[in-house]
Amino acid sequence: MTDRPLKVLIAKPGLDGHDRGAKVLARGLRDEGFEVVYTGLRQTPDMIVTAALQEDVDVVGLSILSGAHMTLLPRICALLHDRGMDDVLVAAGGIIPDDDVPALKAAGVAAIFGPGTTIAQVADFLRANARPRD
Amino acid sequence: MADSPKSKAAERSAAERSAAELLKAADRSVGEMAERLCDAALAGDRRSLARLLTAVENRTSLAERALRRLYPLAGHAQLIGVTGPPGAGKSTLVAALIAELRRAGRPVAVVAVDPSSPITGGAVLGDRVRMQAYADDTDVFIRSMASRGHSGGLSSATTAAAAVFDAVGFDVVLIETVGTGQSEVEVAAAADTTIVVEAPDMGDEIQAIKAGLLEVADIIVVNKGDRPGAHRTAGQLHAMLADTPRESRPGRPAPKHPEVLVTTAATGDGVSELLAAIDRHRSAARGSDGEAVRLKRAEAQVWAVLVDRLHTRVLELEGAEDLVAALPDGAPAAVLPPVATPGSAPRQVAPRRTGPLAADELLRSVASHEIDPYAAADAILDRLVGRAAGSGRGDTQSRRGRAD
Repeated sequence: MTDRPLKVLIAKPGLDGHDRGAKVLARGLRDEGFEVVYTGLRQTPDMIVTAALQEDVDVVGLSILSGAHMTLLPRICALLHDRGMDDVLVAAGGIIPDDDVPALKAAGVAAIFGPGTTIAQVADFLRANARPRD
Repeated sequence: MADSPKSKAAERSAAERSAAELLKAADRSVGEMAERLCDAALAGDRRSLARLLTAVENRTSLAERALRRLYPLAGHAQLIGVTGPPGAGKSTLVAALIAELRRAGRPVAVVAVDPSSPITGGAVLGDRVRMQAYADDTDVFIRSMASRGHSGGLSSATTAAAAVFDAVGFDVVLIETVGTGQSEVEVAAAADTTIVVEAPDMGDEIQAIKAGLLEVADIIVVNKGDRPGAHRTAGQLHAMLADTPRESRPGRPAPKHPEVLVTTAATGDGVSELLAAIDRHRSAARGSDGEAVRLKRAEAQVWAVLVDRLHTRVLELEGAEDLVAALPDGAPAAVLPPVATPGSAPRQVAPRRTGPLAADELLRSVASHEIDPYAAADAILDRLVGRAAGSGRGDTQSRRGRAD
């Protein structure tokens, strides 16, 4: 209804300290015209979902390189569902083996962006798939 | 037969009638949606509150409905502005204030503004990074906002967002500005108490007597108190501000005499003293000073609605689009108010002087939350234009009438 910028939460669930990718993406999406809320390192699923709710974001982007994605990502999707936020698009990036992708998609992660993805690819996907909610 | 002028006219008017019906239905559903969200937010539902804030930020018609309902319920919260240069520690100090306020059991909301790109309209909102520990505390609500081309250190929706938090029962609303330079002083009208945060050794005594930010401070905080030079900086600020005259000159607002405090927000040192200073300022400002701030805030809000309304009216005039298109390159951004023009960096439109509006009884009613800014703006507009019931909806219908 409005041509407002899309609002994206970029969060790092779990315990790895590698936030370079998340920061590059936050800045890259800024340059693509998104409003990016960055929450920093070592977020619990509860913290991420609370931030997504308070900020009323269109997209939750999760960066994870610790290997705990099969635990944390479905947990975040379930919490979003519990709090009535099924209209929020969930995307993930980081080191996630191809074998895990079908299960993550079934859990509610709409897209998984591995190494080599360009900012433009991410931006185009979000623009095409984030649901207008006004 | 379908080609006869009479049946064409009938077809057209039927189409217009159904368009009008659709508009009315859409309007009704917006109204119902606004009511539902307000009911839920007032009952404590945080998701509905978040949706309302989005509507307010995007200035939708739902936002106007919701604000008209919520504004009379506001006016009880303590509004605290936190401003200062980038990197002085505003977010960390806000986090420390949240902790202190929660210890006292007070519900806290935060509106944290970060700048939008003047080139792409995008933004990185990073203030939450410093305010982590409250995921399961429903009495803390943090909302980031992009400035979206607004230039006074806030976004144009900040004051309205604070009113929404106020109405749904938050006891304190902390308003954090973008990292400011020397002259973004808008927060002083948005907040009851304005805290200017400085870092040690940011400037000498000359900086302390320059016009701008320090003039609007109710409290000055030198943060990073564990760094060398913090107490020297505080001492210099204190010494230079001690010469501020006690008496106000006729026709001018009373000069401020800010307390100067030292905090280390990262450890919490000095934060309880800061909160005590905020409360001291609040009780001292209950009188005429506080009234002046509230009037100024009301004026800014009413003015913003007026500008929106006039903007809409001008664009509704016949030939307005051609006129705007005929303006030289770059002129529309300078001429038109900053409505829905992300990417441009429009001039600040808030009034600098108090004009004839300031004396108006209407503003006093807005300041005391008896009426909402929209009602006041519409009343003023009616008075100015000299016609009855000039709401946006009426305009759309009359324009449709003229198109015949």
